[in-house]
Amino acid sequence: MEYVLMIIGCIFVNNIVLAQFLGICPFLGVSNKINTSFGMGVAVIFVMTLATLVTSLIQNYVLIPMDLTFLKTITFILVIAALVQMVEIVLKKTSPSLYQALGIFLPLITTNCAVLGVAIAVTEKAGFTILDSVVYTAATAIGFTLAIVIFAGLREQMDLVKIPKGMQGVPISLITAGILAMAFMGFSNLVPSF
Amino acid sequence: MSKVRILTKGLLKENPTLVLILGMCPSLAVTTSAMNGLGMGLATTFVLLMSNLLISSLKNFIPDSVRIPAFIVIIATFVSIVDLLMQSYLPALSDSLGLFIKLIVVNCIVLGRAEAFASKNSVFDSMLDGLGMGLGFTLSLTLIGIIRELLGSGAIFGHTLISGDGILIFVLAPGAFIVLGFLIALVRYLQRKKN
Amino acid sequence: MAKKESNLRNMIFSLTLIVLVASAALAGVYVITKPSIDGQQVAKTQEAIKAVLPGFSGKTERVAIKLPNDADSVFVNLAYQDGELFGGAVQTYTDKAFKSYFSLMVGFDAAGNILETEVIKMEETPGLGDKIDKSKSNFSEQFVKMCPANNEFNLKVKKDGGTVDAITAATISSRAYCDAVNRAAEAFDIVTKKGANNE
Repeated sequence: MEYVLMIIGCIFVNNIVLAQFLGICPFLGVSNKINTSFGMGVAVIFVMTLATLVTSLIQNYVLIPMDLTFLKTITFILVIAALVQMVEIVLKKTSPSLYQALGIFLPLITTNCAVLGVAIAVTEKAGFTILDSVVYTAATAIGFTLAIVIFAGLREQMDLVKIPKGMQGVPISLITAGILAMAFMGFSNLVPSF
Repeated sequence: MSKVRILTKGLLKENPTLVLILGMCPSLAVTTSAMNGLGMGLATTFVLLMSNLLISSLKNFIPDSVRIPAFIVIIATFVSIVDLLMQSYLPALSDSLGLFIKLIVVNCIVLGRAEAFASKNSVFDSMLDGLGMGLGFTLSLTLIGIIRELLGSGAIFGHTLISGDGILIFVLAPGAFIVLGFLIALVRYLQRKKN
Repeated sequence: MAKKESNLRNMIFSLTLIVLVASAALAGVYVITKPSIDGQQVAKTQEAIKAVLPGFSGKTERVAIKLPNDADSVFVNLAYQDGELFGGAVQTYTDKAFKSYFSLMVGFDAAGNILETEVIKMEETPGLGDKIDKSKSNFSEQFVKMCPANNEFNLKVKKDGGTVDAITAATISSRAYCDAVNRAAEAFDIVTKKGANNE
């Protein structure tokens, strides 16, 4: 039950893009078409969950025992960058079809602040076990996918209408995202927040 | 390019947030008040200045194929230093900026300037570039912060100008997107008019 | 400008060197700032204890207690004046806040009445949830002089059938505040009762 509430909370109430402002770059950059944004979303779910698993293990078994928590930022970013490279190589060798679908998104994910942001955030949450962290991260990444797919749908519709010249592109996208964030605020009393 | 141009181009003409659309996450997340925007901007400026300085002086030492990881390590080091210094001397600001100080590491502006400018130019030019870009970022973050704080809670830098509750939506998430959207539209309108 | 040729040897050498220098620099800054960061936390806690125990000036005795079903410990700072229990300042927290977590200091007199509450750390939304702070609104004043232990004061927001007026548009923060104060009251109750049994 705890986990159900946590998952709903992460996807709808504390949506990573629309409420926490993480991962805005891919959210604005890779949301032209529903298909590509879905691909991006799946890649993010995969990498983010894996990254948090590895970084939580490092945090709990290396950094905390050795009192090196001040190296957290530097360690995590290097681990994530290396992890993304490794995933890319492994995918290329083992599953070319999956690589073709997700490959182009992988390099973009290294600089996606959502991955590092969530990896750091879960280490700062009191009383989170590694399982808690992984569930939290997976749910958060699903929230990212949901937001980017809905947003891509809206942008596909927006291509069909005439938009004043100054508002075209980024400005109208941001304002649309604002209205979408407002809609997501409707979920805010759904579950106690995490 | 003259030294003055390098310094000033980041302020308006190539403003990272409003023109180049870089570093969106902190621009939206921490600008709930003018003070937060200013603090975040200055922290980023410090990281930009120091990482540009170091990267441009090491550019002949770092082998080409490992330059990105090397840049990331250098940037992450300065970010951690800023983080520790702020926790130590500005605890209130550090609390309210929270996670986003650590996330300067993945701010595209910092790595972008390292790769596009500091790895190719002289030490002094790189410092000017980092300073200019950082101040441009600070300027736009403070501006967004002022607008959101004024509309949302009727205050600027914590000084109440209009009493009452304000338009709450502007301090919440949707307000961030909407204010930034209109600001970018305004900048584009002004640029077109000038041309 | 000529790019430096990369081979395995200089790649590993330069990266290792950079990582070593970076870690050393960071370790240095960490060592320099650590006393100040820790000191700040202690000073903040001391200040909060003083603020929630008006009329008391002396040393307090710290007891950590973890309530059943809780993830974190609550710290009860017992205040004795002239050998008698004056009250206690309880450093409590809630994990139900809008931004997940905030911590409060709640002062009780010896009978368990709330003297004062004080926010120690929070990240609630400016203009909304941050009104739990005394300087931003009088929300927290309604807890003063209440006694959660003898049930006359139902420590819940009105929406949940309690007596606390929630902050407009910030029910989650208000609810979280009640949660933290309840946790404090429970911990204070247990600690003071246990003390009485021992004597």
